[in-house]
Amino acid sequence: MIPAADQIEMYRLMLLIRRLEERVAETYSEQRIGGFTHLYIGQEAVAVGAITALNHDDPVIDTYRDHGHFLARGGDPNRFLAELFGRDTGICRGKGGSMHLADVERYFYGGTGIVGASIPIATGLALACQVRGDDRIVMSFFGDGATNQGVWHEGLNFAKLWNLPVVFVCENNFYGIGTDVRLASSLTEVYKKAAGYGMPGFQVDGMDVLAVRQLCEEVVRTVRGGSGPVLVEAICYRYQGHSMTDPGRYRARAEEELWRRRDPIPRLAKTLQADGVASAERLAEIEREVEQVTEAAVAFAESSPPPPLSALYEHVFAERFPGDPHA
Amino acid sequence: MREIRTHEALNEALAEEMRRDPNVFVMGEDVGLFGGTFRVTEHLLAEFGAKRVRDTPIAEAGIVGLAIGAALGGLRPVPELMTMNFAIVAMDQIINHAAKLRYMFGGQVRLPITIRAAGGGGTQKGAQHSHSIESWFVNAPGLRVVIPSTPYDAKGLLKTAIRSDDVVVFIEHEMLYGVKGPVPEDEYAIPFGVADVKRPGSDVTIVAWSRMVHEALRAAETLAQEGIEIEVIDPRTLDPFDWDGLYASVARTRRCVIAEEGWRTLGVGAEIAARVQERFFYELDAPVQRVAAADVPTPYARELEQAALPHAADIVRAVLKITT
Repeated sequence: MIPAADQIEMYRLMLLIRRLEERVAETYSEQRIGGFTHLYIGQEAVAVGAITALNHDDPVIDTYRDHGHFLARGGDPNRFLAELFGRDTGICRGKGGSMHLADVERYFYGGTGIVGASIPIATGLALACQVRGDDRIVMSFFGDGATNQGVWHEGLNFAKLWNLPVVFVCENNFYGIGTDVRLASSLTEVYKKAAGYGMPGFQVDGMDVLAVRQLCEEVVRTVRGGSGPVLVEAICYRYQGHSMTDPGRYRARAEEELWRRRDPIPRLAKTLQADGVASAERLAEIEREVEQVTEAAVAFAESSPPPPLSALYEHVFAERFPGDPHA
Repeated sequence: MREIRTHEALNEALAEEMRRDPNVFVMGEDVGLFGGTFRVTEHLLAEFGAKRVRDTPIAEAGIVGLAIGAALGGLRPVPELMTMNFAIVAMDQIINHAAKLRYMFGGQVRLPITIRAAGGGGTQKGAQHSHSIESWFVNAPGLRVVIPSTPYDAKGLLKTAIRSDDVVVFIEHEMLYGVKGPVPEDEYAIPFGVADVKRPGSDVTIVAWSRMVHEALRAAETLAQEGIEIEVIDPRTLDPFDWDGLYASVARTRRCVIAEEGWRTLGVGAEIAARVQERFFYELDAPVQRVAAADVPTPYARELEQAALPHAADIVRAVLKITT
């Protein structure tokens, strides 16, 4: 049974991601955010259910659709939005942007923009955990599209070969940008790919945060106990296009509506009230708190300065030499 | 001083650094039981065990990716990619990840990784196994690029690379592994960014690295008989580059020849030539010359391969062109 306080926190986190993402969409349209921005709206239950099953010091590694995981890991909403706004107060000092959020203090090793590339890196983090014997495990998030990349397979092979403590979480939202998973993958049920590496694979309803949490708790316990890697496939749906510039013409509106009716946030609200975990008043209070945090984040990002130009040549290397380029 | 071969010097550096720091480990294809394709990791498995000397599948992108993750997790990996040719398979992990994570995460991470592999041609291995692609790595900000020419430099620079908190691409040369040279038994490390004058001279500066240092020294012998005194500068690390050391030499000689085994077009020599002329346009006595590989995939037939690769004779010709 998931403790009541945890369930309420999961509700808060999902709502926080949703509201912040809505503000991201608005501010992106107002051209206050540049580049690529991939919204997580619709998939909140996966990040929140999976990440809250971890210990605070378990490393998490991610793809470019990283807002939800960053926030579920406890990342600061102010520094999150400031990063998207390209400000000096951003979590990566304005050098990463939407796709490359990282918060190493929270063991969140960031988003990579190259599909599948984080899989061997996650596996290497798990190697470090195993070698150091510190009882930590790694959680690696990626989409269904990543499972057709070469390095995905290399990473899974390594992970099983060396029995490394890593949970691979595939968020199967059925589309790699605009290409249907059925046009891209010889095996559309991603969890079955685990069998190719002698690894257990599970499928879960990624629109049900409690189901995700429950499965991940079990998986995390097993992996921490030394079982070796596990693949979890969470079936979910992104409500928006692949990125802010994608109108999503390749999907039927009826299909989108169908998934919106399964929205994880009202679904959990209903359960919390039915189970007597939280009253409608308590949920409304959380909603107000989240609104406040969201507005504060926008204000923080807006009022923060851009990075100084002197930062241009900082952070290329840990150690600098006289021959290096400089300002 | 005792003389040992390059592969032995590299092996000593690995063993010494593994003894010094328990976080250092090697991984790669055939590095364990086999002892390394070029014998660089010989005997390491026996001393350090399979957890620190890891044989891997043939999966270069995976190997570098694992090294990145292991470094993020606090280890100090020394992955071997066997040859630089196979580094091309891992290029996304090297360029897009290893070189960039620190910067794009605003300095939150450090990546103490030394990626070792052999480069170079000259042994009739054909188009896909003869690469000198150091310019590709130098072109990408975020990588240190080390390319020694002697056993002494190889050992001292590998030790510095392993201790570095940055990503180092450490390029060895297949034809230099068996070359012997003096290497002290006492502990030493060579700092990055300090060029070595392999031969002092007053008439022409030749910048060369890796195998081309030896070709340059041969050329210098020939030219000495003509009364032309060559200064051979070996930068040893292409990133960081000892521009001051090079400029000091060119300021005296007023003539500069660059000799590299990589392709001529947009090679490292192109950058060096550009900077030297930017700095010394009015002081130079002659245009900067480049000696490099022909811009063709390396051919197999001995005669064609030798024609594609640069040699001492090519350096002599380049020097004579600007001194007579």
